[in-house]
Amino acid sequence: MEPVLDVRDLAVQFETVEGTLHAVNGVSFRLRRGETLGIVGESGSGKSVSMMSLLRLIPEPPGKIHRGRALFYDAAETVDLLSLSNRRIGFLRGNRIGYIFQDPMSSLNPLLTVGIQIRESIERHTRLSGTQAKQRAIELLELVGIPSAAQRYGNYPHQFSGGMRQRVMIAIAISCDPAILIADEPTTALDVTVQAQILALVRRLTQELGISVIWISHDLGVIASLADRVLVMYGGTVVERGDVEELFTSPRHPYTVGLLGALPKLQGGEEQLVNIRGTPPSLFSSPTQCPFEPRCPWAFARCKTERPPEFFAGTGRVYLGGTESASTTQDTAESPEQEADEPFVAHRAACFHDLDRDQERDPSEPPAPAQGADKAAEAAGIGAPPSARGSASTDPPPAHTDSRQPSRLTGDRTGAEEL
Amino acid sequence: MQRYLFSRVIQSLALILGVLVLVFFLVRLTGDPARLMAPRDASPERVEQIREQYGFDRPIMVQLTEYLSHAARGDFGTSYHYRAPASELIVTRLPATLELALAALAFAVVVAVPLGILGGSNPGTVMDTLARGVGLIGQTVPNFWLALMLIVIFAVDLGWFPSFGRDGPRSLVLPAVALGFFPLGQFVRLTRSAVLEVRSADYVRTAYSKGLSTRIIYLRHIFRNVSITLVSIIGVQFGYMLGGSIYIESIFAWPGIGRMINEAVQNRDFILVQGIAVFSAGFVVVIQLLTDVAYALIDPRIRYEE
Repeated sequence: MEPVLDVRDLAVQFETVEGTLHAVNGVSFRLRRGETLGIVGESGSGKSVSMMSLLRLIPEPPGKIHRGRALFYDAAETVDLLSLSNRRIGFLRGNRIGYIFQDPMSSLNPLLTVGIQIRESIERHTRLSGTQAKQRAIELLELVGIPSAAQRYGNYPHQFSGGMRQRVMIAIAISCDPAILIADEPTTALDVTVQAQILALVRRLTQELGISVIWISHDLGVIASLADRVLVMYGGTVVERGDVEELFTSPRHPYTVGLLGALPKLQGGEEQLVNIRGTPPSLFSSPTQCPFEPRCPWAFARCKTERPPEFFAGTGRVYLGGTESASTTQDTAESPEQEADEPFVAHRAACFHDLDRDQERDPSEPPAPAQGADKAAEAAGIGAPPSARGSASTDPPPAHTDSRQPSRLTGDRTGAEEL
Repeated sequence: MQRYLFSRVIQSLALILGVLVLVFFLVRLTGDPARLMAPRDASPERVEQIREQYGFDRPIMVQLTEYLSHAARGDFGTSYHYRAPASELIVTRLPATLELALAALAFAVVVAVPLGILGGSNPGTVMDTLARGVGLIGQTVPNFWLALMLIVIFAVDLGWFPSFGRDGPRSLVLPAVALGFFPLGQFVRLTRSAVLEVRSADYVRTAYSKGLSTRIIYLRHIFRNVSITLVSIIGVQFGYMLGGSIYIESIFAWPGIGRMINEAVQNRDFILVQGIAVFSAGFVVVIQLLTDVAYALIDPRIRYEE
């Protein structure tokens, strides 16, 4: 399917008194026309910053889009969002790309009626007259399920509940029939029943209107129910990506494994939830190493010195220049040229540990058996006491040692891989 | 809205009643009113005579009731020194004070608001440094010292403006600048911080995400919200100014209420001091009421409050 957005090697930094904060560090992905792409990750993983920088909504300074491209394949032309003039990005904002923010309570101006706030966008981007724009705004309110929309048109935000305000925000975001809708945790601030309504509403509207969606969330349940494909972000990088089903059933990156392991399950007894040890990374540190290394049960010396490339899950191979390669290079994940040829179906994780995992496995076994998330978490041994880890059959050794490394990496699949 | 206004008016009336009672007792805390009003070398008989003449010998509650019932009719007693009704004296001085307060306020607002907006919109720039500097100086320079400096430079040395008196627009300039300088500093500081705060508000980010131009975002989204802060602080300052500035009016011999307080205190004009205190407090209450109305006009959350 053709892409509508192609982001390559996006890096965003913030200059602070404590130094440069590497908020987003080489993120690449594609959004296909009509699909819903989920982005998961914890607070500070760079989800929102990367999406806001696509529309250049981060405050500059202190923020700065350090490098990268974001090609937006609009109907008429293809543009790089990151290098457009302010005037032209202003034309795309709210017009071709809609944005819904997290907190509906503070995202609407308290001093203006919701009608005016919807109309503003319509009047900015269309040639509709005042009355036509008003009519359109009322239609939009009806479309997002606001009862007696014509009366509510003149109401102020404080006269709406949180869920209603988020509906208004959705109405604003879709007011000009955008090609892309970026939903930045739009249900996080809402209670669960309202959350379900908003999810259903966005799903219905985007399907009806054929809008491609980027849905940011730290709620894996929301992502599972909504997304076609998922990016997992950690420490400003994408650590794993894949189709939603594959990612949930056979996560490969230790972080994803940990995330899924931390979810409570409906079936099963009162087993303890697994947690990921340690704390989120400091984004001030050098971006050359794997951000998950300090918390990773598989970490070894190499993880401290380089960022792992993305591997096709289950094969141990990386993607290189349009062909699957048996060899790996260090900078695969960071090279925008190679990223451009990302096959859409790939399920990939940015970690060395797949290499090792596959070598441990009997070659006659089919690669990447579909494990349950919980089982994978157990296998990964994340959060379990070190002594308990060695028991699982697919488990790699608790830690790599430098002495073992060369032999592990000289297999024919990884022959080119030198430290 | 009507309900909101009604409750504000009732509150204001209650406040004025409270002020009347408070002033009545406070001025009596300064000592025996009869002795205060009598010359220092007056004989005890003379003091006693004053006490009887002004009714200070009666029980305090009787005096309070009488004072309140007179005040309700606009009668704040007769000035001992001027031999005229206190309220009448205050009203004759009011235009001068009002004129000075308005001029000082206009000076402060006209300079401070644009400066604060420019500073707050461009944090870290020269404009911002200037705004912060003016804010700091405005709030730290004592106005009596500034008044003297203005007189030395602009009246004595340069001779551009008269150094005292109320005689045409030119005579208004120096006292207005001296009086408006402190609020100017305050307005700059508050405007700047309000702009800084509002421009990073979520709804401003929403406005940007709609593709609105920076000009529209500032005009429609930022300034409107900043004005809530400004209206409240301008109201408070104006209320204070209407009570008259003792320093500024005395230094510039400005025939306003502030100067009259100074004279009344020196003349031990007990009745007049009491009257001015009530009037000054009354101005603050009235301006506060108007501020609340302005608030409600700007902010629908107040307008529709149940």
